[in-house]
Parts: sequence; structure tokens; C-alpha cells
Amino acid sequence: MRRVRVKDEVLEQRIFLRRALVAGLTAALLLLLLAGRAWWLQVLRHEHFSELSQDNRARIEPLPANRGLLRDRAGRVVADNTPAYQLELVREQVGDLDATLARLVGFGLLDPDDTGRVRQLLRSRRAFEAVPIRLQITDADIARYAVHRHELPGVALETRMARHYPYGSVGAHALGYVGAIGEDDLAAIDQTRYFGTGVIGKLGVERAWEDELLGRGGFREVLVNAAGRRVEARNGDALPLRSRMPESGHDLVLTLDIELQRVAEAALAGRRGAVVALEPATGDVLVLASTPSFDPNGFARGLSRRDYLALTEDPNLPLFNRALRGTYPPGSTIKPLMALAGLEYAVIEPEERVWCRGHYSLPGSRHQFRDWRREGHGSVDMRDAVMQSCDVYFYRLAHALGIERVHEAMRRMGFGAPTGIDIGGERSGIMPSPQWKKETFSQPEQQVWFPGETVIVGIGQGYWTATPLQLAHATALLALRGRHFRPRLVRGVIDPVTGATREIPPQPLPAVELRDHAHWEVIVEAMVAVTTGPRGTAVRAARGAAYTIAGKTGTAQVFSVAQSERYNAAQLDERLRDHALFVAFAPAGAPRIVVAVVVENGGHGSSAAAPVARAVFDAWLAPEAG
Amino acid sequence: MYEEYAASRTRRTVTATARLLRALHLDGTLLAGLGIVLTFGLFVLFSAAGDNQALWLSQLVRIGLGGLALVAVAQVPDRFLRLLAPAIWLAGLLLLVAVAVIGDVGKGAQRWLDLGVMRFQPSELMKLAVPLACAWHLHARPLPPGPGAIAVALGLIVVPVALIAAQPDLGTALLVAASGLLVLLLAGIQTRYIAGGFVAGAAAVPLLWLVMHDYQRQRVLTLLDPQSDPLGAGYHIIQSQIAIGSGGVFGKGWMNGSQAQLEFLPERSTDFIFAVVGEELGLLGVLALLGAYLLIVGRALVMAVQCRDAFARLLAGSIALTFAIYVLVNAGMVMGLLPVVGVPLPLVSYGGTAMVTLLTGFGILMSLHARRQLLGSR
Repeated sequence: MRRVRVKDEVLEQRIFLRRALVAGLTAALLLLLLAGRAWWLQVLRHEHFSELSQDNRARIEPLPANRGLLRDRAGRVVADNTPAYQLELVREQVGDLDATLARLVGFGLLDPDDTGRVRQLLRSRRAFEAVPIRLQITDADIARYAVHRHELPGVALETRMARHYPYGSVGAHALGYVGAIGEDDLAAIDQTRYFGTGVIGKLGVERAWEDELLGRGGFREVLVNAAGRRVEARNGDALPLRSRMPESGHDLVLTLDIELQRVAEAALAGRRGAVVALEPATGDVLVLASTPSFDPNGFARGLSRRDYLALTEDPNLPLFNRALRGTYPPGSTIKPLMALAGLEYAVIEPEERVWCRGHYSLPGSRHQFRDWRREGHGSVDMRDAVMQSCDVYFYRLAHALGIERVHEAMRRMGFGAPTGIDIGGERSGIMPSPQWKKETFSQPEQQVWFPGETVIVGIGQGYWTATPLQLAHATALLALRGRHFRPRLVRGVIDPVTGATREIPPQPLPAVELRDHAHWEVIVEAMVAVTTGPRGTAVRAARGAAYTIAGKTGTAQVFSVAQSERYNAAQLDERLRDHALFVAFAPAGAPRIVVAVVVENGGHGSSAAAPVARAVFDAWLAPEAG
Repeated sequence: MYEEYAASRTRRTVTATARLLRALHLDGTLLAGLGIVLTFGLFVLFSAAGDNQALWLSQLVRIGLGGLALVAVAQVPDRFLRLLAPAIWLAGLLLLVAVAVIGDVGKGAQRWLDLGVMRFQPSELMKLAVPLACAWHLHARPLPPGPGAIAVALGLIVVPVALIAAQPDLGTALLVAASGLLVLLLAGIQTRYIAGGFVAGAAAVPLLWLVMHDYQRQRVLTLLDPQSDPLGAGYHIIQSQIAIGSGGVFGKGWMNGSQAQLEFLPERSTDFIFAVVGEELGLLGVLALLGAYLLIVGRALVMAVQCRDAFARLLAGSIALTFAIYVLVNAGMVMGLLPVVGVPLPLVSYGGTAMVTLLTGFGILMSLHARRQLLGSR
């Protein structure tokens, strides 16, 4: 039987009450659960989420430090920071990127070769970021940009500080340059200091003194929205934005005289070579020239690939610093030093005469070592031998000294070892010895030292090589009669905040003491004779000078001439011609400047190298003398 | 003397207010709860809207409209509501069909009907029409309802829910379904049906997974592991939790939430406005808001219990509990406990139709409650 159900109001009310109560309690419980979740998020995990929120809203914006300036010894600024214009592109503001890049190329604002690099750069940045596509653009480019600006949406002209070398290529090898920080640099540097700086010193002073010049980059946090765009900070933000001010780098006072440097480079113009001028009393490098030179501004500006290749593939090697890294046979320039060694080891007396008949042979040998003067110099004493650069005299002397003593003496003069100049990067050259030969060659027959090799070392040939800096350094030792200073390019550091200069004292090297101090004067007198004596090799170059020059010419063989042949400069390829060298100091009595000149394939030292030194001496000494 | 006078004046003012409320068939406590949440919401929206003042003003206008609807509906005798219930349901259904055929597409979903002056979301209407229809269907029958009555009620729920889910608007579909199912639950259906419903629901999950859109599946997966796609599907959840968590106990201060003001927080004036509360007003703000919601739900349930008539009770109870579900789903989603579904925070999120529907619902509740003594049982 089917039960008929009727509405029971009381029962229905009771059911409803019960259900409503359960549902209500459930809702209250769930609300409590939500409150618990809020507690977990806002109290227990508060710090975690606070950090995430701070990371969200703040973007670190670098504040680059000002790179320290370089001044020459007279206070002239030779490297500074100038505002430079650069073209920047914001991808999201550019409608059609391909069309815009094509237009930039069309207007001559972008090198076609660079478009690939620009694309890559743009891909690596966010769409709203301004990406520099060309650094340090010229006034002509700015004008072209201004004309076509409306056709280039999203391309803007911005200013930033860039390294600038007001003297251009003058002294480029000494000053060095700055260039983009490379992959290999990144590993070695403290990146927080480079915040906001895209460049690093690459050569010369800029590289060696990077630590002083750099300063310390700062930063500030800026408020950004979710799209990453910068927005204005508002008051009462829960967490303050952090910042650190940048610290400027220190200015450097160089020992260079940029005008003297200019004179030296002008005197070498058009030739490959190097000039080093030192102030003997301090070791100050007055000139450090290497030609051909290059414009360091190109590197700061960012060289196009083509321009860079042009520099690196130039057969004249403009980037090569010949003054520090060029190693040349010193040739006859070391004859005064050789004579000094002879006196020191008492194998010869200054007045002792030697008959030169144009060639020399070792006892028991028929091999002839030729003098540069076929007919010979006749009877020469030490002064004559230096003055006329008699080879036979020094063949004999070297043989009498023996290679071990020659090696020991020349090492004391600084050959075969770096001078320790404060910008590094120099080569040691080679001061040969039987020991050196044993270590250098692997074949036993090559490891033997032959007596003939000692003979040619006597005139600065054979295995012996030296850098122009070493030649100047050794000459400075003669000028100061044994005293010696480490060559340096930086003599003071200026704190940009206080303006105080920290002087760097000259660094003396162990002095060379002679058995008899009078020997110095014998040698110096002989060197003065080179520029003043009746048959002195540099008389022509020194004619009319208002001061006395003590010097020595040198002509280094690049190409060995067979026994029976005659050397004919005119017939030889330019590259096979002799290197011309000249070392000198002046005034001879109280030397203020030492100069070493090398002209690659220049021929004779007397005609190619000595006039360069004369120009430097005149510029340095004559204004005061006359 | 004066104190006594002042006290009596206060008493008289209170009495006068109470008389006015009674005359308008309004409930003071519920009204106070609504007022607290609406005011709180306006403050939060002012901050969340940022420079968009028009948005805030438009919300103010909608609150005004909703308030008018509330007062107006409260004047409608419940028997009219009961009479109109089937018609309202049918009209809602027709509108849903119309949307499916000619509706506007907004954010990839077809939800809107352009009426020329304003756009209208028929699915919102269904939030009231479905419980109305269910209560209408059940009130005259002996309760708990038998299987036949339950089947019909389920039909009344499933048809509109299916149409809404197809739009697709999973959030609203869930809420509409909940509002109807709550009527059944309050009507006292046996626990075996409830248990059966759960089992069927659990069995339907794989099926549901198959019919879900990709983005809906993604939202569920994202809830389980937001970091799997921090800039895509997980972004909402991660950023809203950062906002709430970084607010701490006291918050970053009104108008000072960096997550909200710097636009890291998506949909901060609509579905994710709860995160703005958490960030700017802190745990205290969150607790205050949840407390106010609890007050509204609690008072609405008490009012439902006090109703003497099955139709009124079922409808009022469903309105009260649906509101609670709104809060729980939205806050749960913003705090990372539930998947992201499009459910706004009631009375706070910016959104016109929802505001009017909610306040209309409370108007119905007040109308039902006000007439509890006048209408006896039948």
C-alpha cells in the first residue's frame, strides 16, 4: 500500500533548521580556513613574499663611474670623457624592424655589415629597452638623422659619456685605449665595479692602470611596472628604493710630454719605427712612440668589423707597439757598453791601439768577419773605435772578453730582461749565452756555442735582440754614470674628490759600480766624439746643436750578406734593408734626456735614425738654450 | 537631566529608523552588513582602479542601481515572486539561448547580450531564476522531496547550467548549479541522494576533464604547480599570492600596494581585487572583510530560518549560502587554494550585472523575511 505523504510544516522546519545550521557552520569553517590561509601567506611567509614583491617592482639602473682622466707631464689632458651621441633603438616602438634597419642603412646611419650584430643585440634585450645600435656618431650623421627622424620611429639620439683622446693617434701606444669588455675580460673583473660601464682598458696606461682609472660604478633602483617600464616613485612606499653613488676613478699624471711625443712621431712619419725618450734622473718616459700609429678614438667609438680588420691586417702593424715589443739586433749602438765591459774586465786600455784592415779572423780560422768599411779604419784606440764605429776593434774585444763576461756585463745593463716599465707588456729581448743556447735549442748540434758567435755579439749582431726601451734604458745608465731608474709612464695619481695628488717617487734600480769611476768619462767622451769628432758617424745630424750630444749610431743587419758579396742597399727589397738605430743623451755633461731611435729598414743609423733624435733633442732642450 | 533627554532622543531616533525600515520591509542588520562591505569595497576599488576614475564612478552608479533594485524588490510580495518564478526561469532560459545564437564575444567567451544601452549577462539572471524555480517547484510538495521531484528540480538546474558552461563560463555555471542544489539540500533530500551525488560527481571528474577547454585544464594544473608556467597560466596565482603575502599584518597602506599599483596584479579591480585588500590593508583588512561577509551570511541564514513558508525558506537559504560560496570560491582562488575560475568577489569586485543581481537577491531575501508573520503556512 502506498503511503500518502502530506506536508508537515513542523518537520520541514526542523529539517530546514538542521540543514541551515550545518551549511552555515560549514561556511563559517571554510571562512576560517581562508583566514588561516591569509595568516600563512601574510605572517608565516611574509618575508618571502616581501622579497618577491621588491624584486618585482624595483629594477637596478646602473650609474657608471667617471673614468679618470690622463694628463701629460705639463698638465695637458690627453684622455678625457666627453658626451657623445649614440643612436638607440627601442624595438617595441619600431613598427617594422626590417624596414627601419633598411632605412638606417639607406641613410648611411648604419653599416650594412653591422645589421646582423644589431639584430642579435636586439634579440637579447627586452622589447621596451633602448639598445645602442651605433656609438659616438659624427656631426654629419646627427644632421642626417635629424633630417630623416620622422621616418625612423623608435630610433632616438641619446648622449652618454665616452672616452675621447684629444690628440688622436699621438701617443696611442703609450696611452692605450678602451674597448668593449670582452668575454674573456668578464671572468677576471669585479663586475660590480664595472656597473654601467661597457668598456675596459685594452692597452698601455689605460690597461695597466685600469684599477686606478676605473672608479666604482654605482646603481639606483627605479620603480618599474609589470611591463618593466620606469614609473615615478610615490610617497610612502613600504620599502625604500636603494642606491649607491658611483665613485669616480683617479686621474693620472703621466711622464709623457704629448708635444714632444708629437715631434717624435712627426720625425718618424711615413716610416716604421720607434722612439723612446727618457729623463735619466727619474726614469720618466718622455716619449714612447711607435709608428705607424692608430686612432684610439675608433676603439672607444666601436670599430666596425671592416675597420678593425683593416687595422689588424695592415702589413705595417699599426697596433704593434714597437717601442716595447719590437725586438731588434742592437747593432753598433752597444759598442760604448762593450768598451765599458772591456775596461771593467781589464782586457783593454783606452789608449791601446788596434790595427783595423777591414776584416777580422779568429786565430786558426780563415773565416773573415768584415768591417762595414771595406778598406778598414787603420789604427784606432777606444775613442776612435766608438767614434768611427770600427767593427774589427769590437770583434777583437768581444773575443778577448769571452761570451760569459759579455753576457754578465750586458745583463747588468738591462739586456735580456724586462725593464719593469709600469705599463707592462714589454718583451725581454735576447741576451745570448752558451747557457741560453742550450735551453733554447733542442738539437744537440745547435746547442753548442761557437767562438764566431761571440765575435758578432761584439757588434750587437747574432742572436742578440733588444727593444727600443731597453736601448734607451741602457743609455740612461751611461748618462747617469751607473745610476739607474725603472722607466715609468705614471708619476702621480690625483684623487678626484680631494684634488690631492699622490706623487709616485722614482724607483731606483741597483746602481752599476765600476772598478774605476773614470771609465764612465772615457766612454761618454767617446760618444761625444761620435757627434763632434773628425770622423764621427753622427756629426752631420748633430751639426749646429746648442748642446753637446753623446750618442752612438747603429745599423742592424736584417739580412746576412754572403762572404763574397757586397751589400747594395739600392738593390735590396725595402723589407730586407738594414734597420737604422741611434742612441744618445744630451747635454753630455748633465744629461736631461736620453733618446733611442729605431727605424725599421731605414738603412744607416747616421742618416735615418740620428736626425729623429736630433728633432726630439731640439724640441726638448733648444727652447731653453736659445 | 540632559543625559536623560539626549538618551530619550537617541531612543526615539532609533525607534523611528526601525519603524521606517519595517515599513520598507528592510532588515537593519543585513543592511548594515551590506553597507560595511560595499563601503569597504568602494575604498579598495578606488585604489585598485588607479587613474581610472570612471571605473569607480561607474561602480558607484551600479551600487545605486542595485540599492534601488534591493529596495524595490523588497516591496514585492512573495506570492508574486512565487507566481513569477516559472516565467522568470523560462525568460532566463530563452535569453541564454539567444546569447548562444547572437551574443557578443568578450574575452573569448560568449556571455553578453547587447541591449543597445547596456550589455547584459543572462547567466547572472539565472543565479536568481534557478533557485526561484527550484523553490517554486518544491514548496508545495511534501518535503523531503521524493525522487520524481528531485529529478524535475535537477532538470531545472542542469539545462541552464549546461548552456552557461557552454559559453564557456565555468564560474557562473558552478554558482548557478550551487544555488539550485542548495535549495534541494535545504529541502532536506536524504543523505543517500547527497552521497550518490558526490559519487556521481567524482565519477564525472574524468568526463569533465575531457569536455573542459584547454585553458580550463591548464588552470587546474597550474593550481597544483604554479611555478610550472610562471609567466603564463601560473602568473595570476603567483602574483596574487605575492601581493597578499607581501602585505603582512598591517598591509602596505591604502593606495600603496606595489603589486597592485604597478600592474603586476592582473585583473586587480575585478576577480583579483581580494589580493589588493591583502596587499594594501594586510591581514587585518582581510579578517575585517571576511568578518563582514560572515555577518551577512549569518544574518541571512537566521532570516531564512525565521521564514514560515517553505518557498521563502528555501529561496532565502539558497541566496544566503550562494553568497557564501561566492566569497569562498573567489578568496580561495585568489589565495591559491582553488583553480582560477571567473568568480568575482561579491559586492567588492567591479562588475555591473553581478552587483545588481546580488543586491536584488538580498531584496528578495528581505521581502521574504518581512512577510514571515503575514503569510502563514499553507
